Amino acid sequence: MTTSTKDPVLVVIQLSGANDYMNTVIPYTDPLYYDFRPVVSIPQNEVVPIDGQLAFHPSLSPLKDKFWDTGKMALIHGAGYPNPNRSHFRSMDIWHTCEPEIMGIEGWLGRAIRDLDPTAENVLTGVNLGQSLPRALAVPGVPVASVANLEQYGVLTGIEGDKERNQALDVFARMYTPAVGSGIVMDYLAQTGQDILKGADILKVAPAKYSSTVEYAENSIAQALKGIAQVHLADLGTRVFYCSHALYDTHATQVVDHKKLWDDLAPAVCDFYDDLREHDASDNVVMLLFTEFGRRVRDNGSGTDHGSGGGSFVIGDPIKGGMYSEYPSLKPEDQLDGDLRFSYDFRGIYSTILERWLGLDAKPVVGGSFEQLDFI
Amino acid sequence: MSLQEEIGLMAHLMRRAGFGDPREELEERASKGYEAVVEELLHPERQAAINDELLYRMFPGYEGAAAPPINQAEWVYRMINTKRPLEEKIALFWHQLFATSNSKVDNPPELTRQIAMFREYGLGTYRDLLVELAKSPAMIFWLDNHGNHDGAINENWGRELLELFSLGVGNYAEDDIREAARAFTGWTIAPKIPRNPLGRFYWEFEYKPEDHDDREKTFLGRTGNFDGEDIVDIIANQPATARFLARHLYRFFVADEPHVSSWHVTPPIDPDAIQLLVDAYDESRGDIRSILRVLFNSEFFKSARFARVKCPAELIVGTVRMVGNYSGFMPGFNNLALECGWQGQELLNPPSVEGWHTGSEWIDPGVLMRRVNFAARILGDTSIPGVQAIIKRVLTHGLAEGKLSPQAIVAACLDTMGPLEVSEATRAELMAHAEKDGELSWNTNEELRATVGKVSKILTLIAASREYQFA
Repeated sequence: MTTSTKDPVLVVIQLSGANDYMNTVIPYTDPLYYDFRPVVSIPQNEVVPIDGQLAFHPSLSPLKDKFWDTGKMALIHGAGYPNPNRSHFRSMDIWHTCEPEIMGIEGWLGRAIRDLDPTAENVLTGVNLGQSLPRALAVPGVPVASVANLEQYGVLTGIEGDKERNQALDVFARMYTPAVGSGIVMDYLAQTGQDILKGADILKVAPAKYSSTVEYAENSIAQALKGIAQVHLADLGTRVFYCSHALYDTHATQVVDHKKLWDDLAPAVCDFYDDLREHDASDNVVMLLFTEFGRRVRDNGSGTDHGSGGGSFVIGDPIKGGMYSEYPSLKPEDQLDGDLRFSYDFRGIYSTILERWLGLDAKPVVGGSFEQLDFI
Repeated sequence: MSLQEEIGLMAHLMRRAGFGDPREELEERASKGYEAVVEELLHPERQAAINDELLYRMFPGYEGAAAPPINQAEWVYRMINTKRPLEEKIALFWHQLFATSNSKVDNPPELTRQIAMFREYGLGTYRDLLVELAKSPAMIFWLDNHGNHDGAINENWGRELLELFSLGVGNYAEDDIREAARAFTGWTIAPKIPRNPLGRFYWEFEYKPEDHDDREKTFLGRTGNFDGEDIVDIIANQPATARFLARHLYRFFVADEPHVSSWHVTPPIDPDAIQLLVDAYDESRGDIRSILRVLFNSEFFKSARFARVKCPAELIVGTVRMVGNYSGFMPGFNNLALECGWQGQELLNPPSVEGWHTGSEWIDPGVLMRRVNFAARILGDTSIPGVQAIIKRVLTHGLAEGKLSPQAIVAACLDTMGPLEVSEATRAELMAHAEKDGELSWNTNEELRATVGKVSKILTLIAASREYQFA
């Protein structure tokens, strides 16, 4: 497989816990919004309008300036799926596997990685910045690196002292040498052991090669995006990056907590693109931000409970900015059991990205044909 | 059998029937004799239970814990600290077989209650266990039996009961599923008390006669006015059920087998072993304790050393138990529970009703790195008293001469960590490494310090080996 810096790259940020889309992209001129949200709403004089109906939460101002105003940010209103499930875990599974009816175990991005690199030639085609592989990236036999912390990534990191550790790694490599007659499982373990050594060895260069004038904040999402930038800039052939930002489950004290989340996330995304642009490496990177569902239309006096229709964001230089799909109506008769009704099947977002950006056949990855959008 | 062989066998038994034991405990058990220990394991009620009152006083968050990983941490605490290892292991077995997941149930206390039910009924008869399972509110919700009504059946529970929980594919017809579902109409959850404003209430099983289809049914060739218990009675007497359970027990306790979804076309690795377990099922009328007695005392079990890839819970709990860490009340159980999930086995949240895929499917690159680093970090941490104790034991192998040759060090380390068996190739690599350090002695404090570091390095490498991935 040949790779170059200009192969299309996808960065996915999972907003875990269900981001309140209504308070992120706010129907600020709809009186129903303030009726349903007596406590958990953003006052009209604080919102950042994008047109006569909708406005960003003030904490999204950096994103508005950098991406929305320059036509590089797509809003996909009402993203969801039929028969919404209001369990975080189940709904996240559905977004990960594209299987709303049965419990799927293969992740959509794992399938995409398999299609991008069918012979698993590059153990870093997919890289997750996090403690463990999200199901979205998991397909048996598809190697994906999962990196909790790029600086500390590696085998036998508990051993102190470079000399000591390198000695141990030599022994490890030899203990994981495939050998004739040792059996399928032992061989598989040997191959996997070699893969992680190789992956760690290649990834090691990323922080070393990296230099930038951009200073990322210390918070977790900024650091994860910095790690992604380092790997991307090291030109290791990674096509799919993944990280998560938590916890958007704002049942209580939402006004404060939700602001803090976006105060971390929005500047981190801006810093990430500044970093890439500084290195002339941004034009082949598209970013998707998604969450498992939206939140209840009516607030609970302090926060909001689990809802259904949410919203997604797609950002990047190749993106045709604007609003896609319809913002769900707040009218009581249009709601679904107190929630915004989903207006667009999320598998269409994936299909658009897979086909128009990664150049893959979307149908087998998302399990069917779904209406695509023109943001790419 | 030599003492050494007896201890090796005991280590094997405890890895399978429990979560491993530190070396001293293995010796203590071995002195009682193998069969006596099997009997002791089969009767958890003869050992002290964990004192729940004390546990919940020390960890108030555990009681009715409503959020993962707290409820997972409680289980990990029990796995590590129980005096009834098989009780926890069999609960894990049933959790794997009757996989019920928080992803849908979204009620951790109910799942914790289901695990407690597995502890209570897990070594009784299969028939009684299936009846309890059918009444488990978490299971009812998980497989939609609360939506299974007279005249409007929902087949989900009926189907999985036959396909995944008892007979297996190919041993029933679609009609049987429907008839089974009809028999379980009216088996539901009592109206739930809303969570707000007082918090969570447990769900309760309720039988609603007015919603039960009491007309005639024909199930597996028998006709009658069956209800759920009748269906379970019929199922429990099917040869296919005995065989199905035998294969599950074999896969969990003896050796890795292909995934259950291929069983209708893939014969067992050891058909004689399966037959022995099937006979035990028939003779005991499906008494799990009796079947396990046959299993643990069988030659096929005793010789199946290191024939299974450890599940993450076995790797994590087994490693901390080996060094006697986390015994009693201390911080850190949440992290162990999280680690279990990060290694691919999120307790109380299996990926689907089929349970976890086991064997080599436990391993992917990210997981292997975590497994290696987790175990290696613990065995390499000489501040842990249990690691110091292991090193001390290793050194006793050289007490007579006051020194240890490289060969003796490697042998003593493998012995003290198990005894573990490794391939000739792995042993050669460990030897090559040990030979660089040469002979070890501990005549002065300085020598002792260096020796401790070097022994700990060998322990670390063993924990990082391929062989350590196997139980």
